[in-house]
Amino acid sequence: MHELGIVMHVIKSVENVAQENQLDSISAVTLEIGEVSGVVHHYLTDCWAWAVKKTDILKDAELRIESLPAVTHCDGCQADYPTVEYGKICPHCGSDKTWLLTGTEMNIKEIEVPLPDSGDS
Amino acid sequence: MAGYRVIEVKEGILANNDRQADALRRELKQKKTFLLNLMSSPGAGKTTTLCRTVEALTDTMRIGVMEADIDSDVDAKTMTDAGAKAIQLHTGGMCHLDAEMTRQGLEALGDEQLDLIVLENVGNLVCPAEFDTGAVKNAMILSVPEGHDKPLKYPLIFSVCDVLIINKIDVLPYFDFDMDKAVDYARMRNPNIEIIPVSAKTGEGMDAWADWLRRQVESWKQGEN
Repeated sequence: MHELGIVMHVIKSVENVAQENQLDSISAVTLEIGEVSGVVHHYLTDCWAWAVKKTDILKDAELRIESLPAVTHCDGCQADYPTVEYGKICPHCGSDKTWLLTGTEMNIKEIEVPLPDSGDS
Repeated sequence: MAGYRVIEVKEGILANNDRQADALRRELKQKKTFLLNLMSSPGAGKTTTLCRTVEALTDTMRIGVMEADIDSDVDAKTMTDAGAKAIQLHTGGMCHLDAEMTRQGLEALGDEQLDLIVLENVGNLVCPAEFDTGAVKNAMILSVPEGHDKPLKYPLIFSVCDVLIINKIDVLPYFDFDMDKAVDYARMRNPNIEIIPVSAKTGEGMDAWADWLRRQVESWKQGEN
């Protein structure tokens, strides 16, 4: 359950971005989360819903999560293969000399900010 | 209708924590204080191992201990009795410590010059591994009753630790714990990990562990690591 800690760090970072850009409201935050980062998406969403209520600028912000695929590289045959499906053993040559290329990422990709209302409804 | 604009951030979620952790390490270097982050699952013997460690080293260095728990202060009392300056950190329900909480703990320990500070992280093999606390080295304890397959199940913590203490070796005859497999699996995750088998209860192996720690503290003070 480190999702709450992660949410706290996201909020802090986004508040910094808001300050630098003089924003008073943010409507959505998009995260990129690797498939094997160990982060449970629905825990993240639940923690988010609880934590943003305590902030000013993120009160109504939606959390969007984009999943990044986990890919493992095999030193035995130099092939890359999907980690979640095959795990530590290479499906091409059976070697266990493999290492993770991608999949543990935890990034803040972008934030979405409402434009000032132009007057028409 | 009002539209939206998108601002690209492209930053690691923990980038800010990592910067705070690096800043903390720089300050510790100046103060010549070595900070060890000690992790394990609940019941692996962190507090007992730490008590024996303090007893072994307290004549030659000044030691501080920060006990992180969700609640209670039983561990801080135990450490004070062993001869360390100890404080209890309550994480307020959080399953791990980050660099900011570590800084608050260091401030609570006070200004007294300490050679070694041990942060006893929350008992958990998952979450604490994700967050850089600002420690100079990471250590973990795996105890025999937990089984030799833990490096396969919780790979991240084994890959971020500099040293693995395998505790409770006095009960090896009663468990199906395969020491060779445990070492193989841990090295598979982290080829450079130092592995020290001990029994904090009988004292076996504790000299090797105390020596490792003493060497780390010395080289940090001399600016070598």
